[in-house]
Amino acid sequence: MADLRVADRVQAAFTAEPGEVLAIIGPNGAGKSSLLHAIAGLVDVEGSAHLGGTDLLATPVRERRVGLVFQGQLLFPHLTALDNVAFGRRARGEDRRSAESVGREWLERFGIAELADRRPRELSGGQAQRVAIARALATDPDVLLLDEPFTGLDVSVQMALRIELGQHLRDFAGITLLVTHDAIDALTLADRVLVLDHGQVAQVGRPAEVAAEPRTPHVARLVGLNLVPDGDDLMAFTPDAVTVSLAEPEGSSRLRWKGQIATLAPHGDAVRLLVHASPDLLADVTPAAATELQLVPGCEVWLSAKATAVSRYGAREAGR
Amino acid sequence: MRDRLGRPPALLMVPAALAALLLLVPLVAMVASTSWTDLPGHLTSQVALDALRLSLVTSTVAIVFCLLLGLPLAWLLARVDFRGRGALRALVTVPLVLPPVVAGIALRSAFGRTGLLGEPLLDWTGFAFPFTTYGVVLAHVFVSMPFVVIAIEGALRSADPRYDDAAATLGATRWTTFRRVTVPLALPGVVAGTVLGWARSLGEFGATITFNGNYPGTTQTMPTLIYVTRQADQDAALSLSLVMLVVSIGVLIALRDHWLGTP
Repeated sequence: MADLRVADRVQAAFTAEPGEVLAIIGPNGAGKSSLLHAIAGLVDVEGSAHLGGTDLLATPVRERRVGLVFQGQLLFPHLTALDNVAFGRRARGEDRRSAESVGREWLERFGIAELADRRPRELSGGQAQRVAIARALATDPDVLLLDEPFTGLDVSVQMALRIELGQHLRDFAGITLLVTHDAIDALTLADRVLVLDHGQVAQVGRPAEVAAEPRTPHVARLVGLNLVPDGDDLMAFTPDAVTVSLAEPEGSSRLRWKGQIATLAPHGDAVRLLVHASPDLLADVTPAAATELQLVPGCEVWLSAKATAVSRYGAREAGR
Repeated sequence: MRDRLGRPPALLMVPAALAALLLLVPLVAMVASTSWTDLPGHLTSQVALDALRLSLVTSTVAIVFCLLLGLPLAWLLARVDFRGRGALRALVTVPLVLPPVVAGIALRSAFGRTGLLGEPLLDWTGFAFPFTTYGVVLAHVFVSMPFVVIAIEGALRSADPRYDDAAATLGATRWTTFRRVTVPLALPGVVAGTVLGWARSLGEFGATITFNGNYPGTTQTMPTLIYVTRQADQDAALSLSLVMLVVSIGVLIALRDHWLGTP
């Protein structure tokens, strides 16, 4: 439904259905935030975004019925949590009592009713993020825009909030666009994933499809896969399917690369190597093997993969 | 005096001490030469009470007008992008650097009985600003407005404009945003600008006396009274000056978090 362009930042065409959660992922500078801000009306944009019968982009910001949860929340520091949540309804002309009673309902739904009278500086990061999401939802938007909602929170808070947000998003009848750089968000919260790369749509698909057959190095890295272009195809394989040796492997397989070890880090029971080959590859070896081969950063190694462990798919085929 | 970077050089310390003394000594001397026995008499004389009352009333009314007109102007300069914004901002600062006497002459040209606006105003309504309390307020507004606008514009600029964005996405009009978000967030700066403008207005002398003369009860404010009293009665002028010093220190105390906040 949307086809829009923000000069020098992003150009994207995509559709989303009411009730659907569309995750937007991509590296920093890919245009994720610009896309959200364009739909909210905070940056200059060309194109259209049809919702029902109206073009959002041609509608004044305050009439768009779009709820934007900003990165860093931007809760009004001089207002209490309740006043923040009730702000949208009061600004749209609702009287104080009814706006506040809706505000209280939202705080209750997020389990923070007892924080109603606190100001933002008296809230923890997770609490403030709950207030920010409640503030956006309290206006009954048709579109909810979440800009990196878990960034800057403790990992344990992220886990709890992700589960909570998932419940709220299931109840939400409108469209949700969720900008994230975390594969877990996309895999657990989204119905579909849109991958942005260099301001363009690189891939759209269900989370499992995108995770299994990534089309950009960024997504491959997010889901922990090696991605190697091969003509019109892409080859994806897991780091533990890679064999590391000091000598050139025997046989005629084309699936071998030579490179220098950049880093070694523990990964579960294994040691994960990042090797500067063309392209960069990940390889998991056992700690015993790492010691035996005397692997250290700077060490030249050969990597190889069995053809049976590699998944091969077309690079250009548009995802659904 | 101990500093990790070494001892402060005398080349800087001596002028710094001189500067501090230059500012401090006259005030101390004034307090020291005040005749404390005559003070109550000087301050409770009818003419002094009239002047003090007039100063407080005109400054307060003037600052209300400065806020009603200057806050919107500061907002315009800080938040709306339009052609000539830089020129308008420069224009606002002109009265700030203009000698107050010149400001009085300029006000005459505009609002005097034969002035550009003053003459038609007199023809239509029979009212003229000069030599009235209204004229005093007008002069005060003219000289104080730049202080108010510049202080508040600075405060509005340093407030994060993304809060305005957030308010707009929540459905607020620009007026609602101004009222409920922009101004409350810049409130400390708005208060500072207001107090500063009020103090400037209270001390206003040149423009006021040039535009309005010196009539006890209607246009004679404290600074004018001090000036004319000094020619006859040095002690009385000292007592009246002490009052102004106390008021000034009061302003400083009110604004200490803004000006004296850094260690």
